[in-house]
Amino acid sequence: MSTATDNVGLELIRLNKVLGGRTIIENLDLIVKKGEMVSLLGPSGCGKTTTLRMIAGFLIPEAGKVILAGKDVTTLGPDKRPSAMVFQNYALWPHMSVFKNVAYPLKIRKLAKSEIEKRVHDALDLVNLMHHKDSRPSQISGGEQQRVALARALVQEPDILLLDEPLSNLDAKLRVKVREDIRDLQRRLGITTVIVTHDQDEALSISDRIAVMNDGRIEQFSTPQALYDEPATEYVANFIGSLNRFDGDFADGQIQTGSNVVGIRPEDVYFSAHQVPGSHAATVDLVVPRGHFFEVYLNSNGHKIRSFMSSEIPQVGATGFVRISKALIYKDGKLVKVA
Amino acid sequence: MSRSGTKLNLQADSWLIRIFLTLFIGFMGLFILGPLFWLAIRAFVTGWTFPNLLPDGFTLQWWRVIANDGSLLEAIKNSLIISPIVVIISAIICLPAAYAFSRYEFFGRKTFLIGIFAANAFPKIGLFATIATLFYTLNLMGTVLGVIIIQVLGTVIFMTWIPAASFSAVPRNLEDAARDAGASKLRVFRDITLRLAMPGILVALVMSFLSAFDEAQGTYLVGVPTIYTMPTKMYALVLNYPVQISAVFSLLLAIPSVILISLARKQIVGGQLAEGFQIK
Repeated sequence: MSTATDNVGLELIRLNKVLGGRTIIENLDLIVKKGEMVSLLGPSGCGKTTTLRMIAGFLIPEAGKVILAGKDVTTLGPDKRPSAMVFQNYALWPHMSVFKNVAYPLKIRKLAKSEIEKRVHDALDLVNLMHHKDSRPSQISGGEQQRVALARALVQEPDILLLDEPLSNLDAKLRVKVREDIRDLQRRLGITTVIVTHDQDEALSISDRIAVMNDGRIEQFSTPQALYDEPATEYVANFIGSLNRFDGDFADGQIQTGSNVVGIRPEDVYFSAHQVPGSHAATVDLVVPRGHFFEVYLNSNGHKIRSFMSSEIPQVGATGFVRISKALIYKDGKLVKVA
Repeated sequence: MSRSGTKLNLQADSWLIRIFLTLFIGFMGLFILGPLFWLAIRAFVTGWTFPNLLPDGFTLQWWRVIANDGSLLEAIKNSLIISPIVVIISAIICLPAAYAFSRYEFFGRKTFLIGIFAANAFPKIGLFATIATLFYTLNLMGTVLGVIIIQVLGTVIFMTWIPAASFSAVPRNLEDAARDAGASKLRVFRDITLRLAMPGILVALVMSFLSAFDEAQGTYLVGVPTIYTMPTKMYALVLNYPVQISAVFSLLLAIPSVILISLARKQIVGGQLAEGFQIK
């Protein structure tokens, strides 16, 4: 009884990948629990897609191991792995109907015809596409194509589901709906899922945990909340959410000269006409309406600082007091203190 | 007022354009179809010479002449046997090459690809003369094998360039998706790559067949006098037979082209190729 490995859906051990003479991934470790939904988040070129393709088997790492559901699959091809992938632009086969697209993985596994029919119907039911089963991929919308791709992956009953930027080709409104659908489905089926995305909103809203990647390494791997509240590195703090960044130190509720870096979230900055303990004089430079909130640019003691406010919006030129409830102090890019 | 004025003008313009287009298309039609029509009539007349506007009379005797002439039938038989063989051999040699050109990066890839093209850019007769000297030493002159080789050479450009483009047009992630679904590399090639490249390959097969069927220069040089195909027989016909026999033979020579192109047209225009590539 090795309870430690029983609970692990995917384990990457010191992965290294070189492409075109460049090291893309360096000593990458990652453990995804069974049934967990994990995002690989980062800008383009950070190696997140390369990592996903190593999990799927399209790339073989130069060093390190890929363990899927307790089995070492490092050198196996994509056809031999218990993983299923949803591609960025869906990659549906244009010469096959929706039904045949979803049935193809089962046909390869040489299942009985009746069994294939049943499972394909179940999968299409799951994504609400039964009415399109005889359509060609080109005859249905982008969102529907996306669901076919999802059904094609799920019908394989994989140990792990891999999603490569699954929402990037959908328009903004649909994206929110589809990501909720994916999350809902993932929870219901309890399937271990790794999703690659460059969209922090997407990552924050659907993941159990997020691995923020930078330059082939994982900067931080934690829950969306922890990532936001206590970004372990300056890079993560900058990448997730908005940040006021200052060279200096933080003491007595304001920025001081110093050798560190201070990061302050705009939502931790409060402006008011009245002085309270820990607040300092400030003037309003600029007010930008952002829909459901306002972005207020303040100037306090020569430091320009942004605040997100949703009520009692001050006028430009108004004077008052700014209070900073939380600041992140970084030394050499690493978090050293939360003040 | 002024508005309706411009409208009228526009209409006048479009009428002019329409008349011009009709004349142009009519002229082009006459230019292209006229000689064919004249040829087709020629095959069925006893005589039709200047200044008579109409043929002297109609007859099927020229068709009978061909049906009874052993050497002409032999040429037809040769053409119908040799051309398909040429297409098959060309496909066996060139399709894997086309796939390699499209999917693999190897030393000299560009050079080979351009080379195949360049070989067709020069007058072939020079190339054939050189090949002839080689064929003499290899005892290939006047043999079926020699003719086949010379005809395969002419099809290489169609059988590599067109399928290579078709293979390249198959998106990689469609292949990846099939691999991910559990298909072996061979199965992916069969079910996805080959299947999606098929319309292009069909075009290549048709073009190659027509090229082989129509090839005269090299075939004449290598085959004559032991092996005649339909096009090379035309040389003899033009010189030694009544002109109507050439007309009949031309029609016969055109039949496979017409059939193949109309078949291929259905396959390509009506097929799912266009629809398939809308998905990137």
